[in-house]
Amino acid sequence: MAEYKVQFEVFEGPLDLLLYLIRKEEVDIYEVNLTKLATEFIRYIDVMRLLDLEIAGEFLVMASTLMHIKSRELLPKDQQVETGEEEETEDPRWELIRQLVEYKKFKDAAAQLQAREIEQENTFPRLPIKPDFSAPETTPKPEASLFDLINAVSAILKRVGQRDDMREIFEDKWSVSEKIEVLVKLVAEKTAVKFSDLFSGATNRSEVVCTFLALLELIRMRQLICAQPEDFGEIEITRAPEPAVAVEDSKIAE
Amino acid sequence: MELKFILESILFSAQKPLSPKELRDLLNAAAEHGDAAKPFKKTKEEDLTAALEQLQKDHEAAQRSYRLACVAGSWQFASQPEFAPWLVALVGVKARPPRLSQPALETLAIISYRQPITRAEVEQVRGVAVDGVMQTLLERGLVEQVGRAEVVGRPMTYGTTPAFLEYFGLRSLEDLPAAEELRRLPVTKPEALLTIDPGLATAPPEQVTLEEAEKPAEPGPAPQA
Repeated sequence: MAEYKVQFEVFEGPLDLLLYLIRKEEVDIYEVNLTKLATEFIRYIDVMRLLDLEIAGEFLVMASTLMHIKSRELLPKDQQVETGEEEETEDPRWELIRQLVEYKKFKDAAAQLQAREIEQENTFPRLPIKPDFSAPETTPKPEASLFDLINAVSAILKRVGQRDDMREIFEDKWSVSEKIEVLVKLVAEKTAVKFSDLFSGATNRSEVVCTFLALLELIRMRQLICAQPEDFGEIEITRAPEPAVAVEDSKIAE
Repeated sequence: MELKFILESILFSAQKPLSPKELRDLLNAAAEHGDAAKPFKKTKEEDLTAALEQLQKDHEAAQRSYRLACVAGSWQFASQPEFAPWLVALVGVKARPPRLSQPALETLAIISYRQPITRAEVEQVRGVAVDGVMQTLLERGLVEQVGRAEVVGRPMTYGTTPAFLEYFGLRSLEDLPAAEELRRLPVTKPEALLTIDPGLATAPPEQVTLEEAEKPAEPGPAPQA
Protein backbone atom coordinates (compact mmCIF):
# COMPACT_ATOMS: atom_id res chain seq x y z
CA MET A 1 0.00 0.00 0.00
CA ALA A 2 2.94 2.27 0.51
CA GLU A 3 3.26 2.69 -3.22
CA TYR A 4 -0.07 4.51 -3.37
CA LYS A 5 1.24 7.21 -1.15
CA VAL A 6 3.51 8.64 -3.78
CA GLN A 7 0.84 8.71 -6.41
CA PHE A 8 -1.70 10.59 -4.40
CA GLU A 9 0.38 13.68 -4.61
CA VAL A 10 0.03 13.63 -8.36
CA PHE A 11 -3.72 13.63 -8.78
CA GLU A 12 -5.24 16.96 -9.60
CA GLY A 13 -8.71 15.86 -8.58
CA PRO A 14 -11.17 12.99 -8.78
CA LEU A 15 -11.28 13.09 -12.58
CA ASP A 16 -7.54 12.78 -12.71
CA LEU A 17 -7.68 9.80 -10.36
CA LEU A 18 -10.36 8.16 -12.49
CA LEU A 19 -8.31 8.67 -15.63
CA TYR A 20 -5.38 7.07 -13.90
CA LEU A 21 -7.49 4.06 -12.91
CA ILE A 22 -8.81 3.72 -16.45
CA ARG A 23 -5.31 3.88 -17.86
CA LYS A 24 -4.26 1.18 -15.43
CA GLU A 25 -7.04 -1.03 -16.77
CA GLU A 26 -5.77 -0.35 -20.28
CA VAL A 27 -9.22 0.18 -21.72
CA ASP A 28 -10.84 2.94 -23.69
CA ILE A 29 -12.80 5.43 -21.66
CA TYR A 30 -15.96 4.50 -23.56
CA GLU A 31 -15.58 0.84 -22.69
CA VAL A 32 -14.66 1.11 -19.08
CA ASN A 33 -16.57 -0.92 -16.53
CA LEU A 34 -17.87 1.81 -14.28
CA THR A 35 -18.85 -0.57 -11.53
CA LYS A 36 -15.34 -1.88 -11.28
CA LEU A 37 -14.07 1.68 -11.47
CA ALA A 38 -16.30 2.65 -8.56
CA THR A 39 -14.84 -0.13 -6.46
CA GLU A 40 -11.30 0.92 -7.29
CA PHE A 41 -12.02 4.55 -6.64
CA ILE A 42 -13.46 3.88 -3.24
CA ARG A 43 -10.53 1.67 -2.38
CA TYR A 44 -8.26 4.62 -3.08
CA ILE A 45 -10.30 6.87 -0.87
CA ASP A 46 -9.97 4.31 1.86
CA VAL A 47 -6.24 4.33 1.47
CA MET A 48 -6.25 8.07 1.63
CA ARG A 49 -8.14 7.92 4.86
CA LEU A 50 -5.79 5.28 6.15
CA LEU A 51 -2.86 7.51 5.43
CA ASP A 52 -4.68 10.31 7.18
CA LEU A 53 -4.64 12.46 4.09
CA GLU A 54 -7.12 15.22 3.92
CA ILE A 55 -9.73 14.14 1.43
CA ALA A 56 -10.98 16.99 -0.69
CA GLY A 57 -14.72 17.34 -0.99
CA GLU A 58 -14.57 16.73 -4.73
CA PHE A 59 -13.41 13.18 -4.12
CA LEU A 60 -16.39 12.50 -1.91
CA VAL A 61 -18.81 13.91 -4.46
CA MET A 62 -17.30 11.67 -7.09
CA ALA A 63 -17.49 8.67 -4.77
CA SER A 64 -21.18 9.26 -4.25
CA THR A 65 -21.79 9.64 -7.98
CA LEU A 66 -20.05 6.36 -8.56
CA MET A 67 -22.05 4.66 -5.82
CA HIS A 68 -25.20 6.00 -7.40
CA ILE A 69 -24.23 4.52 -10.76
CA LYS A 70 -23.29 1.25 -9.19
CA SER A 71 -26.50 1.00 -7.23
CA ARG A 72 -28.55 1.48 -10.37
CA GLU A 73 -26.79 -1.36 -12.04
CA LEU A 74 -27.34 -3.78 -9.26
CA LEU A 75 -30.91 -4.27 -10.40
CA PRO A 76 -31.77 -6.00 -13.65
CA LYS A 77 -33.07 -3.53 -16.14
CA ASP A 78 -36.67 -4.79 -16.16
CA GLN A 79 -36.88 -4.39 -12.44
CA GLN A 80 -35.50 -0.89 -12.29
CA VAL A 81 -37.95 1.68 -11.10
CA GLU A 82 -39.33 3.60 -14.00
CA THR A 83 -39.81 7.00 -12.54
CA GLY A 84 -40.51 9.93 -14.75
CA GLU A 85 -37.19 11.41 -13.86
CA GLU A 86 -35.50 9.23 -16.44
CA GLU A 87 -36.10 11.80 -19.16
CA GLU A 88 -35.20 14.88 -17.26
CA THR A 89 -31.94 13.69 -15.78
CA GLU A 90 -29.36 12.30 -18.07
CA ASP A 91 -27.93 8.89 -17.54
CA PRO A 92 -25.31 9.49 -14.85
CA ARG A 93 -23.04 6.99 -16.53
CA TRP A 94 -23.02 8.91 -19.76
CA GLU A 95 -22.61 12.17 -17.93
CA LEU A 96 -19.54 10.89 -16.14
CA ILE A 97 -17.98 9.44 -19.25
CA ARG A 98 -18.58 12.64 -21.17
CA GLN A 99 -16.87 14.55 -18.39
CA LEU A 100 -13.94 12.16 -18.38
CA VAL A 101 -13.49 12.33 -22.14
CA GLU A 102 -13.56 16.10 -22.04
CA TYR A 103 -11.13 16.32 -19.17
CA LYS A 104 -8.80 13.88 -20.90
CA LYS A 105 -8.74 16.05 -24.01
CA PHE A 106 -7.80 19.12 -22.06
CA LYS A 107 -5.18 17.21 -20.15
CA ASP A 108 -3.63 16.26 -23.47
CA ALA A 109 -3.90 19.84 -24.64
CA ALA A 110 -2.11 20.92 -21.46
CA ALA A 111 0.69 18.46 -22.25
CA GLN A 112 1.04 20.01 -25.68
CA LEU A 113 1.15 23.47 -24.19
CA GLN A 114 3.89 22.28 -21.89
CA ALA A 115 5.86 20.96 -24.84
CA ARG A 116 5.51 24.34 -26.52
CA GLU A 117 6.55 26.06 -23.31
CA ILE A 118 9.82 24.13 -23.27
CA GLU A 119 10.31 24.60 -26.99
CA GLN A 120 9.85 28.32 -26.61
CA GLU A 121 12.33 28.37 -23.76
CA ASN A 122 14.92 26.97 -26.17
CA THR A 123 14.11 29.23 -29.07
CA PHE A 124 16.35 32.22 -29.56
CA PRO A 125 15.08 35.03 -31.74
CA ARG A 126 17.44 36.76 -34.10
CA LEU A 127 17.89 40.25 -32.70
CA PRO A 128 20.57 42.02 -34.67
CA ILE A 129 21.75 45.35 -33.44
CA LYS A 130 21.06 48.24 -35.76
CA PRO A 131 24.11 48.81 -37.93
CA ASP A 132 25.70 52.16 -37.15
CA PHE A 133 26.44 54.01 -40.35
CA SER A 134 27.04 57.46 -38.91
CA ALA A 135 30.41 59.06 -39.68
CA PRO A 136 33.11 57.22 -37.82
CA GLU A 137 33.78 59.25 -34.72
CA THR A 138 37.25 60.65 -34.45
CA THR A 139 38.30 57.81 -32.29
CA PRO A 140 39.34 59.26 -28.97
CA LYS A 141 43.02 58.66 -29.04
CA PRO A 142 44.74 58.07 -25.75
CA GLU A 143 45.93 61.42 -24.53
CA ALA A 144 49.58 61.82 -23.91
CA SER A 145 50.37 62.48 -20.28
CA LEU A 146 52.71 65.14 -19.01
CA PHE A 147 55.40 62.52 -18.51
CA ASP A 148 55.07 61.38 -22.10
CA LEU A 149 55.63 64.98 -23.17
CA ILE A 150 58.62 65.44 -20.89
CA ASN A 151 60.17 62.23 -22.19
CA ALA A 152 59.65 63.39 -25.74
CA VAL A 153 61.08 66.82 -25.14
CA SER A 154 64.10 65.53 -23.29
CA ALA A 155 64.90 63.31 -26.27
CA ILE A 156 64.74 66.38 -28.47
CA LEU A 157 66.87 68.37 -26.07
CA LYS A 158 69.46 65.65 -26.19
CA ARG A 159 69.54 65.86 -29.97
CA VAL A 160 69.75 69.64 -29.92
CA GLY A 161 72.50 69.51 -27.34
CA GLN A 162 74.54 67.24 -29.57
CA ARG A 163 74.04 69.57 -32.48
CA ASP A 164 75.40 72.79 -30.99
CA ASP A 165 78.88 71.94 -30.17
CA MET A 166 80.06 75.33 -31.18
CA ARG A 167 79.13 76.82 -27.86
CA GLU A 168 78.14 80.08 -29.42
CA ILE A 169 76.17 82.36 -27.27
CA PHE A 170 72.88 83.61 -28.64
CA GLU A 171 70.71 86.20 -27.10
CA ASP A 172 67.35 84.96 -26.00
CA LYS A 173 65.27 86.14 -28.88
CA TRP A 174 62.35 83.81 -28.27
CA SER A 175 59.52 84.44 -25.94
CA VAL A 176 56.82 81.98 -24.94
CA SER A 177 54.03 84.23 -26.20
CA GLU A 178 55.71 84.42 -29.59
CA LYS A 179 55.95 80.70 -29.75
CA ILE A 180 52.30 80.37 -28.80
CA GLU A 181 51.33 82.35 -31.85
CA VAL A 182 53.58 80.24 -34.04
CA LEU A 183 52.09 77.04 -32.65
CA VAL A 184 48.50 78.18 -33.07
CA LYS A 185 49.19 79.12 -36.66
CA LEU A 186 50.98 75.85 -37.35
CA VAL A 187 48.18 73.72 -35.98
CA ALA A 188 45.56 75.80 -37.75
CA GLU A 189 47.25 75.12 -41.09
CA LYS A 190 47.57 71.39 -40.68
CA THR A 191 45.09 69.35 -38.74
CA ALA A 192 47.70 67.35 -36.90
CA VAL A 193 51.32 68.18 -36.25
CA LYS A 194 53.89 65.72 -35.12
CA PHE A 195 55.66 66.49 -31.91
CA SER A 196 59.11 66.39 -33.49
CA ASP A 197 58.00 68.78 -36.25
CA LEU A 198 57.40 71.44 -33.64
CA PHE A 199 61.08 71.51 -32.90
CA SER A 200 62.53 70.83 -36.32
CA GLY A 201 63.57 74.46 -36.78
CA ALA A 202 64.88 74.95 -33.26
CA THR A 203 68.48 75.86 -33.13
CA ASN A 204 69.29 75.67 -29.45
CA ARG A 205 68.05 74.50 -26.10
CA SER A 206 66.34 77.71 -25.09
CA GLU A 207 64.26 77.73 -28.27
CA VAL A 208 63.16 74.17 -27.60
CA VAL A 209 62.30 75.10 -24.06
CA CYS A 210 60.29 78.11 -25.20
CA THR A 211 58.35 76.07 -27.69
CA PHE A 212 57.71 73.40 -25.13
CA LEU A 213 56.47 75.90 -22.56
CA ALA A 214 54.20 77.41 -25.22
CA LEU A 215 52.82 73.95 -25.93
CA LEU A 216 52.15 73.30 -22.26
CA GLU A 217 50.43 76.64 -21.96
CA LEU A 218 48.17 75.94 -24.94
CA ILE A 219 47.29 72.54 -23.51
CA ARG A 220 46.46 74.16 -20.21
CA MET A 221 44.21 76.63 -22.01
CA ARG A 222 42.54 73.68 -23.74
CA GLN A 223 43.45 74.94 -27.17
CA LEU A 224 45.52 71.97 -28.15
CA ILE A 225 45.43 68.28 -27.47
CA CYS A 226 48.38 66.00 -27.36
CA ALA A 227 47.57 62.42 -28.22
CA GLN A 228 49.52 59.29 -28.91
CA PRO A 229 47.53 57.49 -31.61
CA GLU A 230 49.36 54.22 -31.23
CA ASP A 231 51.52 52.63 -28.59
CA PHE A 232 55.11 53.86 -28.82
CA GLY A 233 54.08 56.04 -31.76
CA GLU A 234 54.88 59.68 -32.05
CA ILE A 235 52.82 62.21 -30.15
CA GLU A 236 50.50 64.26 -32.32
CA ILE A 237 49.22 67.73 -31.61
CA THR A 238 45.72 68.65 -32.75
CA ARG A 239 43.33 71.45 -32.09
CA ALA A 240 40.96 70.96 -29.20
CA PRO A 241 37.39 70.28 -30.34
CA GLU A 242 35.80 72.83 -27.98
CA PRO A 243 35.50 76.45 -29.01
CA ALA A 244 38.91 77.73 -28.14
CA VAL A 245 39.40 80.47 -25.63
CA ALA A 246 40.91 83.50 -27.29
CA VAL A 247 44.60 83.67 -26.71
CA GLU A 248 44.45 87.35 -25.85
CA ASP A 249 42.12 86.71 -22.96
CA SER A 250 44.58 84.89 -20.85
CA LYS A 251 47.54 86.65 -19.45
CA ILE A 252 50.64 84.86 -20.41
CA ALA A 253 53.54 85.47 -18.23
CA GLU A 254 56.81 85.06 -19.90
CA MET B 1 12.23 40.70 -57.62
CA GLU B 2 10.07 38.47 -55.52
CA LEU B 3 8.17 39.94 -52.63
CA LYS B 4 9.10 37.10 -50.27
CA PHE B 5 12.81 37.77 -50.71
CA ILE B 6 12.33 41.45 -50.02
CA LEU B 7 10.51 40.53 -46.83
CA GLU B 8 13.22 38.04 -45.97
CA SER B 9 15.90 40.71 -46.25
CA ILE B 10 13.89 43.08 -44.06
CA LEU B 11 13.20 40.50 -41.38
CA PHE B 12 16.79 39.31 -41.44
CA SER B 13 17.94 42.77 -40.37
CA ALA B 14 14.97 43.78 -38.22
CA GLN B 15 15.56 44.62 -34.59
CA LYS B 16 12.14 43.35 -33.51
CA PRO B 17 9.33 41.14 -34.78
CA LEU B 18 7.36 42.91 -37.50
CA SER B 19 3.66 42.64 -38.28
CA PRO B 20 2.34 42.59 -41.86
CA LYS B 21 1.15 46.16 -41.31
CA GLU B 22 4.59 47.37 -40.28
CA LEU B 23 6.11 45.56 -43.26
CA ARG B 24 3.64 47.23 -45.58
CA ASP B 25 4.60 50.63 -44.18
CA LEU B 26 8.24 49.79 -44.82
CA LEU B 27 7.52 48.86 -48.42
CA ASN B 28 5.74 52.17 -48.87
CA ALA B 29 8.61 54.09 -47.29
CA ALA B 30 11.10 52.34 -49.57
CA ALA B 31 9.03 53.23 -52.62
CA GLU B 32 9.43 56.91 -51.74
CA HIS B 33 13.19 56.63 -52.01
CA GLY B 34 13.79 54.88 -55.27
CA ASP B 35 12.28 53.52 -58.43
CA ALA B 36 13.39 49.96 -57.76
CA ALA B 37 11.03 49.72 -54.80
CA LYS B 38 8.10 51.38 -56.56
CA PRO B 39 6.37 48.21 -57.82
CA PHE B 40 5.80 47.07 -54.23
CA LYS B 41 4.24 50.28 -53.04
CA LYS B 42 0.65 49.11 -53.11
CA THR B 43 1.18 45.61 -51.70
CA LYS B 44 -1.86 44.36 -49.81
CA GLU B 45 -1.55 42.86 -46.37
CA GLU B 46 -3.05 39.57 -47.55
CA ASP B 47 -0.36 39.28 -50.20
CA LEU B 48 2.24 40.07 -47.58
CA THR B 49 0.94 37.38 -45.29
CA ALA B 50 0.81 34.88 -48.12
CA ALA B 51 4.41 35.69 -49.07
CA LEU B 52 5.51 35.34 -45.45
CA GLU B 53 3.81 31.97 -45.17
CA GLN B 54 5.49 30.84 -48.37
CA LEU B 55 8.84 32.00 -47.04
CA GLN B 56 8.19 30.12 -43.82
CA LYS B 57 7.48 26.94 -45.80
CA ASP B 58 10.63 27.43 -47.86
CA HIS B 59 12.76 27.64 -44.76
CA GLU B 60 11.03 24.64 -43.26
CA ALA B 61 11.68 22.62 -46.40
CA ALA B 62 15.32 23.66 -46.40
CA GLN B 63 15.67 22.33 -42.83
CA ARG B 64 17.86 25.13 -41.65
CA SER B 65 18.92 25.72 -38.07
CA TYR B 66 16.55 28.66 -37.90
CA ARG B 67 13.01 29.28 -38.99
CA LEU B 68 10.70 32.12 -39.72
CA ALA B 69 8.47 32.30 -36.66
CA CYS B 70 5.22 34.16 -36.29
CA VAL B 71 4.33 34.97 -32.71
CA ALA B 72 1.16 36.87 -31.88
CA GLY B 73 0.94 38.06 -35.48
CA SER B 74 4.50 39.39 -35.82
CA TRP B 75 7.25 37.74 -37.83
CA GLN B 76 10.83 37.12 -36.86
CA PHE B 77 13.69 34.75 -37.51
CA ALA B 78 14.43 32.44 -34.59
CA SER B 79 16.65 29.47 -33.95
CA GLN B 80 15.33 25.92 -33.81
CA PRO B 81 15.02 24.64 -30.23
CA GLU B 82 17.44 21.76 -30.70
CA PHE B 83 20.33 24.20 -31.06
CA ALA B 84 19.73 25.71 -27.65
CA PRO B 85 22.86 24.21 -25.98
CA TRP B 86 25.16 26.19 -28.25
CA LEU B 87 23.13 29.35 -28.14
CA VAL B 88 23.00 29.23 -24.37
CA ALA B 89 26.79 29.06 -24.42
CA LEU B 90 26.81 32.10 -26.67
CA VAL B 91 24.25 34.41 -25.09
CA GLY B 92 23.35 32.77 -21.76
CA VAL B 93 20.09 31.31 -20.49
CA LYS B 94 16.98 33.25 -21.39
CA ALA B 95 15.39 35.08 -18.50
CA ARG B 96 11.94 33.55 -18.21
CA PRO B 97 9.44 33.13 -15.39
CA PRO B 98 9.36 29.65 -13.82
CA ARG B 99 7.56 26.96 -15.78
CA LEU B 100 3.84 26.57 -15.20
CA SER B 101 2.57 23.82 -12.91
CA GLN B 102 0.36 20.99 -14.12
CA PRO B 103 -2.85 22.51 -12.67
CA ALA B 104 -1.96 25.86 -14.20
CA LEU B 105 -1.39 24.31 -17.62
CA GLU B 106 -4.68 22.40 -17.47
CA THR B 107 -6.59 25.50 -16.45
CA LEU B 108 -4.89 27.55 -19.13
CA ALA B 109 -5.68 24.93 -21.76
CA ILE B 110 -9.36 25.02 -20.86
CA ILE B 111 -9.49 28.82 -20.90
CA SER B 112 -7.57 29.12 -24.15
CA TYR B 113 -9.89 26.77 -26.04
CA ARG B 114 -13.17 27.81 -24.46
CA GLN B 115 -12.82 31.54 -23.95
CA PRO B 116 -14.71 33.51 -22.86
CA ILE B 117 -15.35 31.19 -19.95
CA THR B 118 -16.38 31.63 -16.33
CA ARG B 119 -14.47 30.27 -13.41
CA ALA B 120 -17.30 27.86 -12.60
CA GLU B 121 -17.18 26.41 -16.10
CA VAL B 122 -13.46 25.79 -15.78
CA GLU B 123 -14.05 24.05 -12.49
CA GLN B 124 -16.73 21.91 -14.08
CA VAL B 125 -14.28 20.58 -16.63
CA ARG B 126 -11.42 20.06 -14.23
CA GLY B 127 -13.55 18.75 -11.40
CA VAL B 128 -11.66 20.78 -8.78
CA ALA B 129 -11.53 24.34 -7.54
CA VAL B 130 -9.24 26.62 -9.51
CA ASP B 131 -9.07 29.77 -7.36
CA GLY B 132 -5.36 29.65 -6.58
CA VAL B 133 -4.40 28.67 -10.07
CA MET B 134 -6.52 31.41 -11.61
CA GLN B 135 -4.79 33.93 -9.38
CA THR B 136 -1.40 32.80 -10.63
CA LEU B 137 -2.47 33.00 -14.26
CA LEU B 138 -3.94 36.46 -13.77
CA GLU B 139 -0.81 37.67 -12.01
CA ARG B 140 1.41 36.39 -14.78
CA GLY B 141 -0.75 38.20 -17.29
CA LEU B 142 -1.53 35.06 -19.27
CA VAL B 143 -5.29 35.42 -18.79
CA GLU B 144 -7.48 38.43 -18.13
CA GLN B 145 -11.08 39.30 -17.43
CA VAL B 146 -12.85 39.84 -20.69
CA GLY B 147 -16.44 40.47 -19.62
CA ARG B 148 -19.39 39.05 -17.77
CA ALA B 149 -21.57 36.08 -18.62
CA GLU B 150 -25.27 36.75 -19.19
CA VAL B 151 -26.36 34.31 -16.52
CA VAL B 152 -27.55 34.67 -12.97
CA GLY B 153 -25.03 36.62 -10.91
CA ARG B 154 -23.28 37.83 -14.05
CA PRO B 155 -19.99 36.14 -13.24
CA MET B 156 -16.72 37.30 -14.77
CA THR B 157 -15.53 35.64 -17.91
CA TYR B 158 -11.89 35.07 -18.69
CA GLY B 159 -9.78 34.88 -21.82
CA THR B 160 -6.13 34.66 -22.79
CA THR B 161 -3.88 37.67 -23.46
CA PRO B 162 -1.31 38.39 -26.19
CA ALA B 163 1.29 37.51 -23.56
CA PHE B 164 -0.14 33.99 -23.61
CA LEU B 165 0.58 33.70 -27.33
CA GLU B 166 4.06 35.06 -26.83
CA TYR B 167 4.83 32.74 -23.94
CA PHE B 168 3.95 29.67 -25.96
CA GLY B 169 5.18 31.02 -29.28
CA LEU B 170 1.76 30.83 -30.92
CA ARG B 171 0.78 32.76 -34.00
CA SER B 172 -2.84 33.10 -32.91
CA LEU B 173 -5.49 31.13 -31.07
CA GLU B 174 -6.11 29.26 -34.32
CA ASP B 175 -2.59 27.97 -33.93
CA LEU B 176 -3.51 25.96 -30.83
CA PRO B 177 -3.22 22.24 -31.46
CA ALA B 178 -6.53 20.57 -32.40
CA ALA B 179 -8.27 23.90 -31.92
CA GLU B 180 -11.41 22.99 -33.84
CA GLU B 181 -12.09 19.84 -31.89
CA LEU B 182 -11.59 21.30 -28.46
CA ARG B 183 -13.11 24.71 -28.92
CA ARG B 184 -16.60 23.64 -29.86
CA LEU B 185 -18.11 21.82 -26.96
CA PRO B 186 -17.51 18.27 -28.08
CA VAL B 187 -20.98 16.79 -27.81
CA THR B 188 -19.44 13.40 -28.27
CA LYS B 189 -22.32 11.40 -29.62
CA PRO B 190 -24.38 9.87 -26.86
CA GLU B 191 -23.56 6.31 -27.68
CA ALA B 192 -26.02 3.57 -27.17
CA LEU B 193 -23.37 1.16 -26.08
CA LEU B 194 -22.84 1.77 -22.47
CA THR B 195 -20.59 0.25 -19.99
CA ILE B 196 -22.54 -2.86 -19.17
CA ASP B 197 -24.80 -5.11 -21.18
CA PRO B 198 -28.26 -3.68 -20.98
CA GLY B 199 -30.74 -5.47 -18.84
CA LEU B 200 -28.13 -7.28 -16.91
CA ALA B 201 -26.90 -6.52 -13.52
CA THR B 202 -23.19 -6.13 -13.18
CA ALA B 203 -21.54 -9.51 -13.23
CA PRO B 204 -20.95 -10.85 -9.77
CA PRO B 205 -21.04 -7.56 -7.88
CA GLU B 206 -17.80 -7.75 -6.03
CA GLN B 207 -19.40 -5.97 -3.20
CA VAL B 208 -18.07 -2.66 -2.19
CA THR B 209 -17.75 -2.69 1.53
CA LEU B 210 -20.80 -0.64 1.97
CA GLU B 211 -20.24 0.67 5.45
CA GLU B 212 -17.05 2.27 4.28
CA ALA B 213 -18.43 3.52 1.05
CA GLU B 214 -21.38 5.14 2.64
CA LYS B 215 -19.47 7.13 5.12
CA PRO B 216 -17.89 9.52 2.62
CA ALA B 217 -20.99 9.63 0.50
CA GLU B 218 -23.36 10.73 3.23
CA PRO B 219 -22.83 13.15 6.02
CA GLY B 220 -24.43 10.60 8.37
CA PRO B 221 -26.37 12.38 11.06
CA ALA B 222 -25.22 10.53 14.14
CA PRO B 223 -27.39 11.53 17.05
CA GLN B 224 -24.89 10.84 19.76
CA ALA B 225 -24.64 12.70 22.95
